[in-house]
Formats: sequence, C-alpha cells, structure tokens
Amino acid sequence: MHELGIVFYIIRDVKKVAEENRVERVSEVVMDIGEVSTVVPHLLTHCWRWAADKEELLKGSELKCNIIPAVTWCDDCKQEYETVKHGKTCPHCHSENTWLLRGNEVEIRELVVSG
Amino acid sequence: MDEVKIIEIKKSVFADNVKDADALRAELKEKKVFLLNLMSSPGSGKTTTLIQLINRIKDKTRISVMEADIDSDVDAVKIKESTGVSSIQLHTGGMCHLDAEMTRQGLDNLDLEETDLVILENVGNLVCPAEFDTGATCNAMILSVPEGDDKPLKYPLMFTVCDLVIINKMDVVPYFDFDLERCKKYIHLRNPQAQIIPISAKTGFGLDHLADWLLKQLP
Repeated sequence: MHELGIVFYIIRDVKKVAEENRVERVSEVVMDIGEVSTVVPHLLTHCWRWAADKEELLKGSELKCNIIPAVTWCDDCKQEYETVKHGKTCPHCHSENTWLLRGNEVEIRELVVSG
Repeated sequence: MDEVKIIEIKKSVFADNVKDADALRAELKEKKVFLLNLMSSPGSGKTTTLIQLINRIKDKTRISVMEADIDSDVDAVKIKESTGVSSIQLHTGGMCHLDAEMTRQGLDNLDLEETDLVILENVGNLVCPAEFDTGATCNAMILSVPEGDDKPLKYPLMFTVCDLVIINKMDVVPYFDFDLERCKKYIHLRNPQAQIIPISAKTGFGLDHLADWLLKQLP
C-alpha cells in the first residue's frame, strides 16, 4: 500500500546518484527487498513503471527486486531460524527472546547506467 | 553504442528520511517542543479521543494540532470547533503517510515559540506511517476494541515503533471477543517498553489517566 511512496524515494535517490556521476540514462535499478520488509515486490515494480516513465532519466528502465530471506536469531539458544516459518518463537527452544537478523531491507543495491 | 556500467549504491531507501527525522527531533528538543505522532487505522476514534484529551489539558499547556489527511479538512475543522485549539490541515497529496520533510513543512506554519505540544494526527493506516519516521518525540497509536486484540500480531512494526498504545472503545468490550490481557501480552511481545492505556473516548473512562501521562512527558 506504501509502494508508490517508496518508489518516489527510490527515484529521488537514483536521480541524485545519476547527477553526481553525470549519467544520462539509467536502464536498470536493482533493489534488495527483505522478505518481511512489508514491501510487495510486484506492486513496487508496478508503481515503478508508472512513475519512472515520467522521468527522462528513467524512461523504460527496469526495477529488479532481489528477495532477501528473513532470518531470526535466538538470544537464548544462540541459533538462527527462518522467520517466515516460525515467527517470533524459536523452533529450537521455544524462547521469544529473538531478534530479526535480516529480511527487513529496502535497499537500492546498484544501477545499470549508460551515457 | 553507449558504454554501460554499474554503479553500486547499497543504501536503504529510508536512510534520508531517518536523517531528516533525527535532525527535526533534535531541533524540537532544543526548542522544548514535544511532538506527538498519533497513528491508528481509520475509524478507531482518533479525532474524538484528541478532542477529549485536548479539552482536559489545554489550560495546562499550549497546544497546536496538525491533521494529516489524503484530501479533506473535516478533522481540522472539527478539532478547532470542539476545542478552540488552532489546527492546520496537511494534505499528503494521495500518499499513505507523512515523512519527516512533510512534518517539517507543517511545523513551519506554526509558531513554535508559543507552543509546548504539537499533536500530529497521521493518516489512518497501520502499515505505512510506521515505516516513515516523522521526527516525533513520541509515537502513539490508538487501537479500538472492535478491531480485535490480535492486531499487534498482524501489524508488528506499528506496535514496535509506538511508545504509547491507547486502547479505545473499552465501553463496548462486552460485545466483542476482545481480551485486554491477551492484547497487552501481544503488544509487549513486540515492544516490552510500550505504555498501554485503555480508555473510552465516548464515556470518558481512562482519559484523566491518559492526560496525566501525557502532561508528565512534556519538557
């Protein structure tokens, strides 16, 4: 539901980087999207199409989403587990003293550019 | 053919907003202004709660209200008519949340020298406002009984970022499968430090407690 707002942030950052590097055309923007980041990749690419085509720099460019699997760390038994499968409760020792290690990313990884 | 190359960025999309929010928070602290960011889903009773709360504290502190809405000013008008406190409307232009920059633009329209407490009524939504730090001193949310006691499980981030959870519409508990203790447990699972205050904006239950709590937080 907030994907369009996020697309506007991405566009702002990409424009800044493009300006700094004197880039005329961006053909691809590669994102790292965590599995539990609350960003829905296909909605993000959908919003991207709509918003990016309004920008000369980004017209026709593709937004690619790399999905980062979510992993949680249990502070009691010092083991990792898959967040999506088990949630907040550690499957090894049933503790709730657990923290998300990764899977919350909404990051711009790289740009493919020309010009 | 144009030369094609790759520029590595590796940067969170939220990084700039976090920076703006931290700067705004520091500035407000300096000016001794407390910014309360109030979030909730639509229909939780945010505006009614605000009116009740403001009427209890407006003689003790100088208040301004900023109403964020996608596109209307019904809430700003209602607050002003019911409390006499000045209120401005921020339009998000279709966006589902406010960020630090939009919040700052709103604050620029207030006289902060003459204000102790700014209440920001965020867009009614449990997902997006939690993602974007507004620079607020305190994040609060209202959960109403008909929404169910399982909301902290379904919208974990919202409950993780909130310092205060107000549980509204306690007067209708007998008609719903809402277990207050279970709800508190779910909230503390997400955020062990969260302050939880049950109220009914309609009957007035718990509002004095809420008013006292808020007054104690002010600088």
